[in-house]
Amino acid sequence: MNGDLLNDVLVIGAGPAGLAAARAARERGASVTLLDSSDQLGGQFWRHLPDARPSGAERILHHGWDTFRSLRDALESDSGCRVIGSAQVWAIETSPQGPGTVHVMVGQPDGVGREKLVFAPGALIIATGAHDRVLPFPGWDLPGVFSGGAAQALAKGERLAVGRRVIVAGAGPFLLPVAASLSGAGAKVLGVFEANRAPALLRGWLPRPWQLLPVAGKSVELAGYVAGHLRHRIPYRLGRMVVAAHGTDHLEAVTLSSVTADWSPISGTERTVEVDAVCVSHGFTPRLELAIAAGCALTPDRFVRVDDRQHTSVRGVYAVGEITCIGGADLAMAEGLIAGHIAAGGLITDDPLRRAVRRRRTFQGFARRIEAAHGIRAGWPKMLNDDTIVCRCEEVSFGTLRATAESSGSRSLRALKLSTRAGLGICQGRVCGRSVEELLATVAGDSGLIDGVTTDRRPIAAPIRLGELAADPKSLQRPSEPMKGMK
Amino acid sequence: MTARLLPFLDDSIKPAPPTLVTITVDGIPTSGVAGQSLAGVILAGGTLGFRRTSALGRPRGVFCGIGVCFDCLVEVNGLRDVRACQRRASEGDVVTLQHDGLPSGDAT
Repeated sequence: MNGDLLNDVLVIGAGPAGLAAARAARERGASVTLLDSSDQLGGQFWRHLPDARPSGAERILHHGWDTFRSLRDALESDSGCRVIGSAQVWAIETSPQGPGTVHVMVGQPDGVGREKLVFAPGALIIATGAHDRVLPFPGWDLPGVFSGGAAQALAKGERLAVGRRVIVAGAGPFLLPVAASLSGAGAKVLGVFEANRAPALLRGWLPRPWQLLPVAGKSVELAGYVAGHLRHRIPYRLGRMVVAAHGTDHLEAVTLSSVTADWSPISGTERTVEVDAVCVSHGFTPRLELAIAAGCALTPDRFVRVDDRQHTSVRGVYAVGEITCIGGADLAMAEGLIAGHIAAGGLITDDPLRRAVRRRRTFQGFARRIEAAHGIRAGWPKMLNDDTIVCRCEEVSFGTLRATAESSGSRSLRALKLSTRAGLGICQGRVCGRSVEELLATVAGDSGLIDGVTTDRRPIAAPIRLGELAADPKSLQRPSEPMKGMK
Repeated sequence: MTARLLPFLDDSIKPAPPTLVTITVDGIPTSGVAGQSLAGVILAGGTLGFRRTSALGRPRGVFCGIGVCFDCLVEVNGLRDVRACQRRASEGDVVTLQHDGLPSGDAT
């Protein structure tokens, strides 16, 4: 191995996976630079109040808060780790020799005159996480319809409840912390509605229950939410979905419907409830654009492909956390620890990794159960009508999408995106991309789309202003000079 | 009024008394707490629709809350297209809501 090169590790993303990776790489003596687009460490999982709002008991809002504090304190006080906040990676140029060059803008989000940095690290660890996937439904573009992640970020990061009377709906265990956060921030949560029915949940959770023993901590976490729900008297209902949002300028009510096992709404079961906010999450989409830009191959189910060392298909590039598997913070930290250690020159067989390797296996099993129990089912497009906006940015309705696809007869996603404009707006298909793919594949018929294109590729990973693009970058960055951008 | 900042005296996490920050939203003074995002301050001030869409003129506001969807774009101190959920509010920020029509033939 080339010790010189490997001694210099760049970590993108400071959530649980990235923090664990940075710390493990430092423990093996590598120089580390840790980048995050936020001005705080912790990612979405440990999204917290800013320094301007100190609180005596913030830890009660979080799981693993003490772990976070110790990781953060260790890295921030470590002269061998350069922590750069408000850092937006906007492009990665690949190189046959290794991780390539990483282009970064540092400064106020969407600002002007940001500092342009370029890194050529010996090893690159990508820990960019995931965001909620929200399926389209009639009215989902109305103000007052939020993703679960938005409700969570505003509650944990600002102590703001997005509404007074709120419904939480979608699929997956994430609905529980969303409801708990809303309730803790002062909202009345009228109910949590999980689309999957009891048989699916049982099939996902019950086979080989002894396998859950090692994740007892996770079970305690979930039990804590259930206890919290009981305390706040929040009903948790299965087999129901929010199938429509109503209002003129903002949300006034939602329609709930019972759904079949494949999420087809059952007519006659609809019920309309007055709310001023609804928080929806149907799962998570990994944030793959930087891994793709770095040249990393993906798995058939669209995660970054890694080996048992968390190493991707590109030499010197590692992927950790939700971009390899939607598995939660514990799995992310185990993966981060493994990648950090190996990126800094260690081996998978080294003693310090034994516990992390075991935990990774355990929590991967947990992730498979979550997917089996809560995964998105094929009947969801039955919620849509012709007027339902599918691509929010370009305002493409389902009717337009289907009519354009049918009249063109094309089975190429690239061509269909250009003719329908779906997924071509400013969010670059982050919100609607996978839903658009699934809808177009349905229109294309049994053989589906054929060009192998996905909506995940984004040559410029974040929108930047033309003036900034033209400015000269600072020369290649080395981790030696301290520069703490975090506040 | 829908979204609401939890009063600090009611908050179980025992926060210190917050520092106020005041911005204007379309000229109307709106107060929040130091460290809040512009999105949070605007929402708690009672505005849910941050902009209107170009093609259909439909209202949009905060949706993803974490910088992914670009639905909460606002103009800040003369700079357009800033994600309100990603920018912390600074004292005196002048926020203008954006309502952009599609380019028309007679535009100059």
